[in-house]
Amino acid sequence: MAGNRHLASAVIAAVFLGLVGLLLYGVLVSDRSDRDVLPSPLIGKPAPEFSLPVLHEPGRLVDSRELLGQPYLLNVWGSWCPGCRVEHPVITRLAETKRIRVVGYNWKDEHADAMRWLEQFGNPYWLVLVDYDGRKAIDWGIYGAPETFLVDAQGIVRWKHVGPIDEAVLERDLLPALDAIGVPR
Amino acid sequence: MLPELGQAALLLALVAALLQALLPLAGAAGGRASWMAVARPAAYAQLALLLFAYAVLTLAFVQQDFSVKYVADNSNSLLPMVYRFTAVWGAHEGSMLLWVLMLAVWNAAVALWSRRLPEVVMARVLGVIGLVAIGFLSFLAFTSNPFLRLLPAPLEGHDLNPLLQDPGMIVHPPMLYVGYIGFVVPFAFAIAALLEGQVDARWLRWARPWTNVAWGFLTLGIMLGSWWAYYELGWGGWWFWDPVENASFMPWLAGAALIHSQAATEKRGSFGGWTLLLAIATFSLSLLGAFLVRSGVLTSVHSFAADPGRGLFILAFLAAVIGGALALYVLRAPGLPQGRPFAAASRETLLLVNNLLLTAACAMVLLGTLYPLLADALALGKVSVGPPYFGTLFIVLMAPLVLLVPLGPLTRWQQEQASRPLALLLPWLGLALALGAVGYFMAPQGPLKTAVGVSAALWVGLGTARFAWSRLRASGRAFTPEMLGMVLGHAGIAVFLVGALLVEAQHVQREVAMSPGDSARIGRYEFRLEGVERVQGPNYVADRGLVQVFRDDRPLALLHPEKRAYASGGQIMTDAGIHAGVFADAFAALGEPLGNGAWAVRLQVKPFVRWIWAGALLMALGGFVTATDRRFRRVSANSPAPRAGARGGTD
Repeated sequence: MAGNRHLASAVIAAVFLGLVGLLLYGVLVSDRSDRDVLPSPLIGKPAPEFSLPVLHEPGRLVDSRELLGQPYLLNVWGSWCPGCRVEHPVITRLAETKRIRVVGYNWKDEHADAMRWLEQFGNPYWLVLVDYDGRKAIDWGIYGAPETFLVDAQGIVRWKHVGPIDEAVLERDLLPALDAIGVPR
Repeated sequence: MLPELGQAALLLALVAALLQALLPLAGAAGGRASWMAVARPAAYAQLALLLFAYAVLTLAFVQQDFSVKYVADNSNSLLPMVYRFTAVWGAHEGSMLLWVLMLAVWNAAVALWSRRLPEVVMARVLGVIGLVAIGFLSFLAFTSNPFLRLLPAPLEGHDLNPLLQDPGMIVHPPMLYVGYIGFVVPFAFAIAALLEGQVDARWLRWARPWTNVAWGFLTLGIMLGSWWAYYELGWGGWWFWDPVENASFMPWLAGAALIHSQAATEKRGSFGGWTLLLAIATFSLSLLGAFLVRSGVLTSVHSFAADPGRGLFILAFLAAVIGGALALYVLRAPGLPQGRPFAAASRETLLLVNNLLLTAACAMVLLGTLYPLLADALALGKVSVGPPYFGTLFIVLMAPLVLLVPLGPLTRWQQEQASRPLALLLPWLGLALALGAVGYFMAPQGPLKTAVGVSAALWVGLGTARFAWSRLRASGRAFTPEMLGMVLGHAGIAVFLVGALLVEAQHVQREVAMSPGDSARIGRYEFRLEGVERVQGPNYVADRGLVQVFRDDRPLALLHPEKRAYASGGQIMTDAGIHAGVFADAFAALGEPLGNGAWAVRLQVKPFVRWIWAGALLMALGGFVTATDRRFRRVSANSPAPRAGARGGTD
């Protein structure tokens, strides 16, 4: 009986300390103004190769090589993702400037839900790629939505952002990143 | 000037909380009556000060004082009057103010209704609530001050998040907060009992109604959130396993378990230690919920801005409260008396299984919510946990609970012949299964899901009715509010199951392109788009559709689905047009214009969807009704404490 109690106490203490440690880790990570300050191993490297279906033309596959020649912004989203809704007006305004092709990466979604989402909020994307089982997303290191990658004309990943892109991120990070790879204003 | 006074009131409330915590706890330890007597006045003072601070912030919104940063950030001059009141809790700082105000209300209520408690117990309970209040008030005053000035004052503010400009949102957060923070009362009673070193039936009898009321409010709050998501987000779904929903669902599950284990401990003295631990866990999960929503640990999830300072502060507070409580528990719990033994076939066993399943479900939700963080921390790769995980596991864990619900009330305490309740319920089980089979053959679609839904709901409903009937017939035995509350709560589960399972089996959804004059048919319903007009709202412009709905070719309703663009920020919101019916909702939402006056329109028929919220309402009502039982107030402070479990009289 006494042994049981010690065991119970130890379990309680372990669960408690584990939780506190985990949450502390979470707070410390969120501490960085931007979580992707953990530099993505992809930055400066070629974007993963892929061949993915297109949302609006089921049956058509787009190969990563077809996107070369001009820079593009890969924006990971899902209809289930509240953060994507938050950044949607910002992405839309950026796309409307036609400064860069914005490619949607519809991740872990359902076809009907994704179509409905675009229908309701508007479709800012030049092209929407589909990755419903999330298999290709692993190559990109995607771990949440929204997440956004800037890929240059040679297919090199130049910039990455985790979380919604708001006006501040746009002004402070994304527009300078576009300037840096020489995308004309 | 006023905002500065509001800020001063916050600081004074913090002082009152310090007095309320330190003096009575020290007084209780040292037996000084005069120190203990500080607790009540300090509680009332806190409430008065926080009411004042809250009124000041509300006034700043009503008068559009954009020199207050929080007001400028969360409202503008176009905002309709009613939303100026609700904008107070539209973002982090104000909602924290509402939170501490709710805490002060519970605090004062305990102070007011604790006159029959022995002075020492009262001092300890209020002292513990005071400690919690210190944490939240310093968090508010030092990291989240809602009265910060913005000078020079801007001429125009931003806007309240359009998602929050909605009647459902007016009451959702306050209800939720009342529920969340209400669990501080059973928590404080548990800590007081541990400090005392004994769990007698009395502290439980006092704590029980508080738990039930807090749980009832939490149920209402979650219900309103679900209802709001249903009509405002325009998806027609009602639960999304979003981390913030999970944050409120965990204390709800733990609270449901607590309600049951408190009843067992109060009446039979069984699993007293477990009940204390559960009271601590339930409140800890409330704190964890507050932490997850406000710390930014789970980013890209919800609207409260991430701020590491706040995150660290609230984490330290969380660790202190929970760690302290658990340490006390580990030290004191082994000395607690054991309850009476009970046989394998007994109500105690059923309640234990109930607790096991609810706790497991709670742990499952916790794991799923934190798993992305855990995987990140352990560098296991990046993952997201979605509805498939939650939905599947939740059904697996709740199915046995649904099977057991009708058995519980009909099973005797301590020892029961397993055949007796089973024999009582067998005909009703048969009826439920038979009607499920009828559903299988009648259903226009999803026959298997329909059959399961009908059977499960009828099994719980009929089994609960069977209990109520046998109690009413048994002469000379009172049908107490406590029992009525239990029957209502269990009936609520039955009603909820009708809604949740049948909407899953039977809902129909179509996306159609419609020009004015076009019709589309779903089952007995026909939708005709009459036209789409441009309307100007107070702070948005909208395309408003006019959709005439017919049922069996008779006009039923005129729906006005809207698609709004808000003036500031350009956010697009859909406002679905819904005709609510007892047996089905007809639902229309506007999509994109397709040119030539045609629109993409989403039409849905959702049978029994209202029953989901009706069921939740019944459960909440059950919690409230139970709390009115006079038995919880009967024991006076002077009467000798009955030994735990000495009173089993009410069965």
